[in-house]
Amino acid sequence: MVQNSYMEHLHFELREGNIVSSKTLVEICFHGRGGQGAVTAANLLAAAALQDGNKGVQAFPLFGAERRGAPVRAFARISGDEIHLRSEIYNPDIVIVLDESIMDIVDVLKGVKDEGKILINTRKKPNDFEFSKKYYVATVDATSIALKYTILVGGMPVVNTPILGSVPKILDRVTLQSIQNVIRCKWVGKKDLGERNVKATQDAFDQTEVNF
Amino acid sequence: MTIMIDTGNRIAAKAAVMAKPEVVAAYPITPQTTLVEAIAEYVARGEYKGEYICVESEHSAMSACIGASAAGSRTFTATSSQGLLLMHEMLHWAALARLPVVMCNVNRVVGPGWNIWVDENDSISQRDTGWIQFYCSSNQEIFDTVIHAFKLAEHEKVVLPVMVNLNAFILSHTSMPAEIPDQNVVDNYLEKYIPKWKLDIDNPTTFGNIIGPAHYYRVRRAMQDAQLNAKKLIPQIAKEWMKLSGYFHGDLLEYYKCDGAEYILLSMGAIGAESKIAIDELQKAGQKIGLARVRVIRPFPVEDIIKLGKQADLVVIDRNISVGLEGALFTEVKAALYGQSDAKATGFIAGLGGKDVTYKDIETMCMKSMKGKVKEQELYGMEE
Repeated sequence: MVQNSYMEHLHFELREGNIVSSKTLVEICFHGRGGQGAVTAANLLAAAALQDGNKGVQAFPLFGAERRGAPVRAFARISGDEIHLRSEIYNPDIVIVLDESIMDIVDVLKGVKDEGKILINTRKKPNDFEFSKKYYVATVDATSIALKYTILVGGMPVVNTPILGSVPKILDRVTLQSIQNVIRCKWVGKKDLGERNVKATQDAFDQTEVNF
Repeated sequence: MTIMIDTGNRIAAKAAVMAKPEVVAAYPITPQTTLVEAIAEYVARGEYKGEYICVESEHSAMSACIGASAAGSRTFTATSSQGLLLMHEMLHWAALARLPVVMCNVNRVVGPGWNIWVDENDSISQRDTGWIQFYCSSNQEIFDTVIHAFKLAEHEKVVLPVMVNLNAFILSHTSMPAEIPDQNVVDNYLEKYIPKWKLDIDNPTTFGNIIGPAHYYRVRRAMQDAQLNAKKLIPQIAKEWMKLSGYFHGDLLEYYKCDGAEYILLSMGAIGAESKIAIDELQKAGQKIGLARVRVIRPFPVEDIIKLGKQADLVVIDRNISVGLEGALFTEVKAALYGQSDAKATGFIAGLGGKDVTYKDIETMCMKSMKGKVKEQELYGMEE
């Protein structure tokens, strides 16, 4: 089952004079494989958005059991007000694909809003994707970034935190600074792992390419 | 004060630990597991200094809580679904022995068919055990209600066990922010538990001995009085907490946009939160419908339901079914109205087995009821 024992460290004061003025709801769907940390990514993003002054945030797994390697989804909601929604996300504003091979077996575009944005971990460029004609597409090679900073679990590169660095490029409701803050909180006391993840988000931010 | 963003289970664990129970006895079961694991982490870090007993079953968990509570300790446990059902005998025991045990129950489907998702048949089937039952709709409400639960359970006019229900996954595994007060705020709010009687080797007494019909009658009567006292105390306790924490989630019910409503929707748990969006949308479309989210079903808020019945017709959504009749809330709402109000009550059973219930589903149900197209109660979402 889903674990997020690290969240205990995410106690913080809200920043004064936050950057966020919009109250609209943003719904985000993460696609990955079991073990890639999609749920962790959703949790960290929600925590960062909260720190940026979005009063309502939520992060949740696709409810139920998950298996390592199987396609999984996780969700985040970001709003300026308290969120009363408790149902699943059917029409995301943003889709984040941690593993591009998922796209062969899962329709990641299902239900995406017309003005939706798709962020993909890939070596390809946004215009390499056919659907870039219809959707805003952002790409980043998060796998190479994870390898560069040896962010590994069981020898496999873990892209969930690096790719969060690309999110501020496509969503103005959350800052890279807050993402890095919550990453430092998560890996507090874990030697340099927190700092390596922070650097990875900076690289991802700098290397994100968009078609818009 | 700090903001904690975490799952409903872990926020429940935080509240439980801050209430400083002297004994926690628990057995893990999906989707409650992360709740008791979180308490175990507090033990490992030295932040929870009570006795944490890993037992071999839920029956033992409740038995251990009963023993500890009878010895005068503040006690806490958590369970879900089949685990709650395995406790059934001991739930009656805790209530009849007037032991203020506090328990979180993560509402999960009862199997078979095996299913770990949400519905409320597990706790609904325990209504007659004598436990006070709360149903939460947000992580903040979970935190605050666990604290309230200890206050209420141990109140000298109540002294009954309290069950705090949170829906599987939708709340138990969903991260949302909750404001956590400083420890001294909780300490001041929850005075030390001083039982009227306890098992004490220096002052031996017996309890639970054989009693005849006349005395047993009194035991039941006293429990009934205690539940009715709780009905008066719950709003008072919620308001006291609001002064300290700034948070208020309602009395026995939470009213949402009921002014001028000709229809009132009654729902519980996570559907109760989602219902707010449905009410917003329906009101935008000119419909005169408000929401009364039922937070407490034992004691049942009879007077509040009658008041609603004098204002409006009622639409009830149950995430449970009392097989052979209908949804339990629907039955109880109608029973409350009987002879007191001519309000029409119609309703739906929805979301069994964890089937998602969106605000659009809720709008559809409300519209159908308001158009007079529902006789009694229907099963919603069975078209496929």
